[in-house]
Amino acid sequence: MDQSRKLELKRLACRARMGIVEGVYQAKSGHPGGSLSAVDLLTYLYFERMRVDPANPKWEDRDRFVLSKGHAAPALYAVLALRGFFPEEELKTLRKNGSRLQGHPSMRLCPGVDMSTGSLGQGFSAAGGMALGAKLAGRDITTYALLGDGEIQEGQVWEAAMFAAAKGLDRLVAIVDNNDLQIDGTVGEVNSPYPINEKFAAFGWNVLEICAHCFTEMEEAFRRASERNGKPTAIIMKSVKGKGVSFMENQVGWHGVAPNAEQYAQAMAELEARLAELEGRAQNG
Amino acid sequence: MADMIKMATRDAYGKALAELGAVNDKVVVLDTDLAAATKTAMFRKAFPERFFNCGIAEANLMGVAAGLATMGYTAFASSFAMFAAGRAFEQVRNTIGYPGLNVKIGATHAGISVGEDGASHQCNEDIALMRTIPGMTIVNPADAIEARAAVFAAARLDGPVYLRFGRLALPALFDESYAFEIGRGVTLRGGNDLTIAATGLLVHEALIAAEQLANEGIRARVLNIHTIKPLDLEILTNAASETGAIVTAEEHSVVGGLGGAVAEALSATLPVPVLRVGVEDRFGASGPAVEMLRVYGLCAENIAAKAKMAMAMKR
Repeated sequence: MDQSRKLELKRLACRARMGIVEGVYQAKSGHPGGSLSAVDLLTYLYFERMRVDPANPKWEDRDRFVLSKGHAAPALYAVLALRGFFPEEELKTLRKNGSRLQGHPSMRLCPGVDMSTGSLGQGFSAAGGMALGAKLAGRDITTYALLGDGEIQEGQVWEAAMFAAAKGLDRLVAIVDNNDLQIDGTVGEVNSPYPINEKFAAFGWNVLEICAHCFTEMEEAFRRASERNGKPTAIIMKSVKGKGVSFMENQVGWHGVAPNAEQYAQAMAELEARLAELEGRAQNG
Repeated sequence: MADMIKMATRDAYGKALAELGAVNDKVVVLDTDLAAATKTAMFRKAFPERFFNCGIAEANLMGVAAGLATMGYTAFASSFAMFAAGRAFEQVRNTIGYPGLNVKIGATHAGISVGEDGASHQCNEDIALMRTIPGMTIVNPADAIEARAAVFAAARLDGPVYLRFGRLALPALFDESYAFEIGRGVTLRGGNDLTIAATGLLVHEALIAAEQLANEGIRARVLNIHTIKPLDLEILTNAASETGAIVTAEEHSVVGGLGGAVAEALSATLPVPVLRVGVEDRFGASGPAVEMLRVYGLCAENIAAKAKMAMAMKR
């Protein structure tokens, strides 16, 4: 990936972060922490990796994405809006009565959403079904599923992991957002899923480990995931919960609460400054 | 009425799937290590490339079926009723029901007639659970002919369907000319003294009960309510208005099944006495199926007794 492309992805991810903060602030509820940890990955997938057509969101041969950690919906919506699936202005309707942007993603309502998710563990199984369907039809489609590191405490995740390996679904890529925090504390304190890499390997998956905020590492990992060897691939990405907003970073308290007006202003100012920096603009004041 | 050839509705399910697979290449079947019992093995034999054994993992089964549905397949997901509707309830609710996906849940071994396996496997709650899911269609066939028709009708309908099949061989009630339509009840016997609205395995018992009542001069109307959701309100309201009392009969808990659905519907339209024959609010137990049905009151004698009670309550 060349430097200009990397810079462009950084700008897009920064704008997506502003979309997350805006949506959650307007909704007065939602999950900023796990959205901010996952948004670089979503930006990379939708702008660099996946074959999708915003003008034709139901295009049959598109790659599929399942947000199994459905509470990171603000990140998915922000990236889908930037990619052109719906107007960015709509991000302000997040979680509001009548909005297409439900608290957790609905495939019936929101253009670009491939599966309704929110109940943890379930999206991953559906992704397995999509990969199986693509394989059965002989279509060159890759299915991506994003899971939380707390989510993998769900037993269904391991039913799905066993199934995908047993059926040789090598066009299925699972990404684990390893920000190490869940509602009640660190994932290790609550009910440790570690070592995540060895667990997926033991279930018969290729396992790669990357930094969740480094596009160069993503590029290499997804390139390797695209080399078919009969196994599905799990990419464990070490992330920072709340990434990009100073006071939210690595703070468990920012899992599922919205910023107040003051916090919103600070978060947006930080992100605006970062965007200006990335765009080479002089900052005001 | 057709010859008394006995066949379990699960056998009819397996046969129908194999037939359906031949005319519809979008049909895929998934099972959970139970293909020999659910009879999906008949489909597996005919179309091995479209059959997927998910192993003993019902939560994942439902998600995989949902994913296949989004790829344009008509996915039949099979397990025992206890695990399909019970264990995987929330998966069915959130990953199939909420997005309204084209998954057909083929649940076998429903009810007390599982017999010897006992209470852990006798699912008397599945209709109640599935009824609470918006948009879910629920069909509980009464014989093999109806079971086959239900499979084909479910495949034609775009959306989630719960198909309830049994393990016990049942006498044939219908012949090949039987016209089945999802959501439309069938009047099997005329009568204006009261109505017996039955579903599944108890339709046959309801007909025997009506015959017993006829010997005592009571003319019972018998309805086959194969579709519990959407419920045929027209046939039930007419029955309420024309006969003034209703007995429901089902191999399911009296809580939340056909009896619950009928009582809920009529209380809002045309309240008449509704007495329910079903498994009273308790668990099953091991024993031979036919014997256990009698022990739990799922028989013609109990239906006839409840019928007289219902008539006595008529205003």
